[in-house]
Amino acid sequence: MNATRRVEWETSVLLLLCLAGSVFMLRRVERIRSSATLREVLFISSPQAAKRLSLGYDGLMADIYWTRAVQYFGNHHAQGAEEYKLLAPLLGITTALDPHLTVAYEFGSTFLSTSPPNGAGMPQEAVKLVEYGIKNNPDDWHLYYNLGFIYYLELKDYKNAADAFRRGSQLPHTHPWLKILAARMSEHAGDLETARMMWSAAYQTSTDKQVKANAAAHLRALDVDETVPILESMVDKYRRDTGHMPLNFANLVRSGALTAIPRDPTGRPYKIMPDGHVEVSKPDALPFIEKGTPPGYVAPPPKFSYSE
Amino acid sequence: MTARIFHIARNTFREAVRDRVLYNLIAFALLMIGGAVLVGQVSIGIERLVVINLGLTAISLFGIVIAIFIGIGLVSKEIEKRTLYTILSRPVRRWEFIAGKFFGLGGTLVVNTFFMGLGVFAALLYVSHHFEKSDAWVLVAIYFIILQFILVTALTLFFSSFSSPLLSAVFAFSLFVIGTFSEDLRGFAAVAHGATGWLATGASYIVPNIAALNVISSVAHGQPVAGGLVLYNTGYALLYAAMAVCGAVLVFERRNLK
Repeated sequence: MNATRRVEWETSVLLLLCLAGSVFMLRRVERIRSSATLREVLFISSPQAAKRLSLGYDGLMADIYWTRAVQYFGNHHAQGAEEYKLLAPLLGITTALDPHLTVAYEFGSTFLSTSPPNGAGMPQEAVKLVEYGIKNNPDDWHLYYNLGFIYYLELKDYKNAADAFRRGSQLPHTHPWLKILAARMSEHAGDLETARMMWSAAYQTSTDKQVKANAAAHLRALDVDETVPILESMVDKYRRDTGHMPLNFANLVRSGALTAIPRDPTGRPYKIMPDGHVEVSKPDALPFIEKGTPPGYVAPPPKFSYSE
Repeated sequence: MTARIFHIARNTFREAVRDRVLYNLIAFALLMIGGAVLVGQVSIGIERLVVINLGLTAISLFGIVIAIFIGIGLVSKEIEKRTLYTILSRPVRRWEFIAGKFFGLGGTLVVNTFFMGLGVFAALLYVSHHFEKSDAWVLVAIYFIILQFILVTALTLFFSSFSSPLLSAVFAFSLFVIGTFSEDLRGFAAVAHGATGWLATGASYIVPNIAALNVISSVAHGQPVAGGLVLYNTGYALLYAAMAVCGAVLVFERRNLK
């Protein structure tokens, strides 16, 4: 091996060792400076200033800010945060840089409106964001749908929800669901059937996997919320008829009140508790349920990712 | 071997010190530091903050400019003036030449930073008439700035080993800018999946992490810098610079100089 070749070999090995060493050191640095970019400071808080500083590359800057908003929400959500102070300003800057980035209105409003720990619990900010989106994208029916959804689900403001769906339903290329939802909202806003329609619409109108999964989870929860009171009334009737509490649903099947052991949407059988209440076997598998849970049960935050 | 590297480093240092551009840049940086005193006076209660922020920023930016503009000519000037052939005709190996050039420019930047740092401390003394305990952290910030220079010098040397001076400057400055966003890149890698995630993770380790070496804002507020950060940042900067110099040596060893 000549001298040059030897130098090349030794330098190559040294280069690889230095690369491995620098990666190791960088990981150590990151442990000390974890989430440094996402600390609770926004260096440029004015959307107008951010737009000027982008030097005309506002599309790219909007993409960067949107990515930062998603990272900020994702990290806080993973930590079960109760506060999302920078979310609204980050989304404000994103949409000021690119007012036509509709994904920022659709997902951003969901991040903002949902109650903690699943979201920021700022429905009014979400409404402002979507209204700004509608102002800049008046022909996009998705935004009216999002707005109606926030009014319906988070603010329980059925009048404004109906109005948002009605405005969306009048667009030339709208989805037929909006007309149905507008009508339903005016008459039967608070009942379970309306909720089922809302989530069915969410499932059918979206192409996003996470949105579909979220809607499906809500539909399963509605199914449980509807079934549990019916089963409890059957248990109560059995107690009144026989003078004692049924031990399990097999007793109700034998008495002819039921044809089979009732099962929740995950396929697990419902349970009768000693006090006559009906519970699901595994509440953690059914996020968003309001009935059929043990006393004092606190649901874990649903595991969903917005990164795809 | 060590003596030969030392001689090349010393000559590089001498040559850089003779360069008029260097003095212009240092003078401009000192002017900016002096200007910080004026800016502080027209505001309320942020005199010290402005002096530290603007002073350290001036050191960092002008130092980077010096590192790039002198670094790009390290190899090309020697080829242009044909002095490289004289050097390599003596018992000097190519890798020793590269290493000497690196240490020479690194030394120049350390000396420059020392003088610019003196300027910052003089400005601090002028606005507050005394030093505070927390001013010691300014020294750590200056040390981190020197580490930035070492990284940029090594990268510039790497690019200048195979590219023209103009392109080397563009490459080095672009990598410096990307490096200041490296933590955003890592954040992106953390939420990305599959091939995109791997690619982003790989890229975030390849680009220099300049952001981790910037503690100007926190020291301006008198916040301490963790000892671990000083240790690991030092290790990181030295290993990364060594990697870039190794890259420069590999390219230069194979370069046809005829």
